Amino acid sequence: MFVLEVFISGLLSGVMYSLVALGFVLIFKASGVFNFAQGAMVLLAALTFVRFIEMGIPLWLAAIMTFGVMIVLAIFIERFLLRPLVNQPLITLFMLTIGLNYFLEGLAQAVWDAEVHGLDIGIEDVPWVGLEQATGLLISMFDVISALIAMGLVIILSIVFNKTKVGRALRAVSNDHQAAMSVGIPLNRIWVIVWAMSGLVALVAGALWGTRLGVQFSLSIVALKALPVLILGGFNSIMGAIVAGLIIGASEKLGEVFLGPYVGGGIESFFPYVLAMMVLFWRPQGLFGDVIIERV
Amino acid sequence: MLYRETGQIKTDYKSDMAMFPIAQDRWFIYGCVAVAVIGLPLFASSYIIEAFLIPILIWSLAALSLNMLLGYCGQLSLGHGAFMAVGAYAAYNFATRIPELNIFIVFILAGLCAAAVSVLFGLPSMRIKGFYLAVSTLAAQFVIEWVFSTVTWFSGDNAMGTVDTPAIVIFGYKLESSIDLYMFCLVINIVLFVLAKNLVRGSVGRSWMAIRDMDVAASVIGIRLLPAKLLAFGVSGFYAGVAGAMYAFVYLKACDITSFDLFQSFNILFMVIIGGMGSVMGAYFGAAFILLLPIVLNITFQTFFATSGFAGLVSNIEHMVFGGLIMFFLIVEPLGLARLWSTAKEKLRLWPFPH
Amino acid sequence: MTKRKLFLTALAIGMMTAAVTETALAQDKKSDPNKEQFIPVLVYRTGPFAAGGTGIPGGMMDYFELLNQRDGGINGIKLVWEECDTAYKTDRGVECYERLKKNGAKGIPFIHPMSTGVAYALLERATKDKIPVVQIGYGRTDSSDGRVFPYSFPLLTNYWSQNSAKIRYMAQILGGEDKLKGVKIVNLHLKHPYGEETKPMLDAMAKRFGFEVTHIPVPWPGIDQKSLWLQIRQIKPDFVINRNWGVSCTVPLREAARIGFPRDRIIGVWWCGAEEDVIPAGKAAKGYITAAFHSVGTDSPVIQDMFEHVYGKMKGNVSASRVGSVFYNRGVVWGIISTEAIRLAQKKFGVGPVSGEQMQWAFENLELDAARIKELGAEGLVPEIKVSCFDHEGGGRVRFQQWDGKKWNMITDWIPSYAKMVRKMIEESAAKYAKDKGITPRNCAA
Repeated sequence: MFVLEVFISGLLSGVMYSLVALGFVLIFKASGVFNFAQGAMVLLAALTFVRFIEMGIPLWLAAIMTFGVMIVLAIFIERFLLRPLVNQPLITLFMLTIGLNYFLEGLAQAVWDAEVHGLDIGIEDVPWVGLEQATGLLISMFDVISALIAMGLVIILSIVFNKTKVGRALRAVSNDHQAAMSVGIPLNRIWVIVWAMSGLVALVAGALWGTRLGVQFSLSIVALKALPVLILGGFNSIMGAIVAGLIIGASEKLGEVFLGPYVGGGIESFFPYVLAMMVLFWRPQGLFGDVIIERV
Repeated sequence: MLYRETGQIKTDYKSDMAMFPIAQDRWFIYGCVAVAVIGLPLFASSYIIEAFLIPILIWSLAALSLNMLLGYCGQLSLGHGAFMAVGAYAAYNFATRIPELNIFIVFILAGLCAAAVSVLFGLPSMRIKGFYLAVSTLAAQFVIEWVFSTVTWFSGDNAMGTVDTPAIVIFGYKLESSIDLYMFCLVINIVLFVLAKNLVRGSVGRSWMAIRDMDVAASVIGIRLLPAKLLAFGVSGFYAGVAGAMYAFVYLKACDITSFDLFQSFNILFMVIIGGMGSVMGAYFGAAFILLLPIVLNITFQTFFATSGFAGLVSNIEHMVFGGLIMFFLIVEPLGLARLWSTAKEKLRLWPFPH
Repeated sequence: MTKRKLFLTALAIGMMTAAVTETALAQDKKSDPNKEQFIPVLVYRTGPFAAGGTGIPGGMMDYFELLNQRDGGINGIKLVWEECDTAYKTDRGVECYERLKKNGAKGIPFIHPMSTGVAYALLERATKDKIPVVQIGYGRTDSSDGRVFPYSFPLLTNYWSQNSAKIRYMAQILGGEDKLKGVKIVNLHLKHPYGEETKPMLDAMAKRFGFEVTHIPVPWPGIDQKSLWLQIRQIKPDFVINRNWGVSCTVPLREAARIGFPRDRIIGVWWCGAEEDVIPAGKAAKGYITAAFHSVGTDSPVIQDMFEHVYGKMKGNVSASRVGSVFYNRGVVWGIISTEAIRLAQKKFGVGPVSGEQMQWAFENLELDAARIKELGAEGLVPEIKVSCFDHEGGGRVRFQQWDGKKWNMITDWIPSYAKMVRKMIEESAAKYAKDKGITPRNCAA
């Protein structure tokens, strides 16, 4: 029974990690860049959201307005940062996102403030009483709802990527920038869309994590928990992010609870990486990543 | 006019293989070394030495270490902070457990320990490539942090978790003043930089660069991938270990695992990219940029806005300006500061005739 | 604009900034340095711990400002200070120390490193420069032994004293020391030198009182502690000690609410006991108890004076809503202790700016009794303190506060630590340091 409880709570934690990982995947898919600034985007979105709410704006409107801010941000990023750096080495673009990370961290806290804000989006973080009575499992209602939200987001994103015209264009861009441009796909607009979408993911992640931790700088650290998920699932697979999140969440909790006490505890910090490394020996491109083909 | 190689004819193989084949370059480097050895200790205040010069000497080594791995051999590492920690702890243990050991031997042993650990975590590079390789070095980062905070033997079973490093003694002379420490760092730094420069322009460096550019092709022309990659990990680990030992012994004068966390690893990576990948000089530029810019910004903003009552805002704006400058430099020169340096040299060569 | 033009513009802007900075620096030096006492203030305004890094220095600077505005400084000597942002990084802290240490007519009188990492890095430097490193409520525990560490002052209470006081408080709740036998305590600590530090103390106390302590480390960054709380649920402890920092303080409250662990059985370290730590946890934080070495709220006359003399004149260093909060009051306490030491140094060495060496004497002979504290208008805010060459802690008493969902309430009076036991362990650790470093401890009787 206890094992089951650990397992389930691990899965639920994992979903929360995937939620952050999704933002990385989107941008990696469209531009081949690991977006170091994703954590800062989560922070910015959450801070904007919570400050709008504190101004007395209703929840739904605040969410929409924050999404608006993220779209504006995406436009700025594309216009002033990505456009001048088309066709530069990927490592340069990576470094660019690092600069962006500092910039956004500063911006978010300069415009709003650096204090800690409580965020209440109306979901109680208490045990699910019905389930406890029926089975004896202690599972938080909040976790279940966030998991559902994350699942919903994944389904929507998968549909957008696989079934719509924009999605086809996105996939073309991720395959080859120049080829996509040559068949008339507007690269610039695609980039704006992708960054805006990852802004949306950042908003959802920021709202859910922010409810739990409070909206504060530490939200940007949440992104680090998404790293092993990202690597295990493959940098460019939405499905990968979610499956790897579940695997990592469950295995790190099981590892910590059943292995940790024998070796001194705290192994949760490295366990996911070691696990991901072992899987990568078997599949070097992650579980769901595109197969790497090398030609000379 | 002043800077050109015309007339400098290489008459033997030795001069052809010189580290700086152009005389002006050589003079410039000699000049730099002279300033570093004689000028700075004479004129720089202890603030400049302690807060700027020593950190640059240490972190440029760390940046060089990663540059050899990433810039020359193309293997990404996000665990260099931890390799530094291995060096620091190893040096601490050698120095306290065998006190009669010479400090240079301690540092070399520390470097070797870090090299061994680095090679171990470099093994997956055989199979895992590109950004994915980050996983093995990230694993290294967290495993090493965990080991040092769990196994208290490494910190001498000290209840505080943070250990104090012993004083540096060379042949009975105790290094105490900031100039002593600076000279100590400078000597190690110069020796290791010369070694590195020679390593990367020799056959080893060439095989690394071949691997970086395309490892399948490199193996086709007969470079044995695994030994070459592991050598890169080993050499890089050695440098990181020495840098870590210096950081603990000279700068922090204490050793605790939080000084070598993931963010330090990131910082080293930033230094390499900003400085310029595949450039030995770039290590200095990158270290200077990443270390000094925030401080310079801080001092500048402090003087202007100290009393304005917006101190919190100013700190955040400082952050923004720092990020903004990184982006600005990348847009101006996507290949790093080292490239600006070589562009400047190109320009100088033609000057004053533009064509 | 071409790249080149862009670059040149940047260069030009950079040079202009440098030039203006020069002139600004030159203008700064107009007041008489012999009528001023310079004090360095380290802060960290960005990053995950900014709440502490702004609140505490804010309170401290406000207290300096209060002295300037209300009393015209200390004996007519104005207090001036300069901030330096460390971003909570050890190397930036060292840079700040080096940057500021020459300021003022006689150098800096002392430094509050604001982080244990910086405290360690400064220990040797400051001893060489003869500048006291003052750590109130944090820092290097074993440097309470003043014979080995002349320039380190972990004043009021160190972590070991705090934990022993926590055990005494638990005994109070249970109704006597003998009731501790068989009690289960979980020490939920950050996997970090700061978190690990109290383990030997708790182990020693467990042996003495016969309770059972389980150490559960929180891996960094501690934003998800489900697995740890599942373990805690299996253990079914009577108390949980929350020894974290920043966001990892908040998470346990949430997790406890999830599994229905009573919040008034979670006892936090004072670095987990600010408004900023409990507000994000919302309702889950109600009933949570933490240690404190000062009281909270705006009741004390000295805090009331802040409104009149500092905020009334728009000279405040934090937003007025934070006055009276935990971090703010902590800063005021730091300010009171620092300035009282300056006053003492002036009494002995004459009115005027004082040097670090003189302050070392002052800190070592600092005594705040109830009468003086009352005079300062800080009754209940600051505990009595008596420092000596032998004992650089000087207090060791702790209060406990509880969160009622809106604000912190003090629920106990000052609770003493098990001083003898703590002192014995401190001396052991300090002796080891002295041996490693080849230091001969001072003879305090002389």
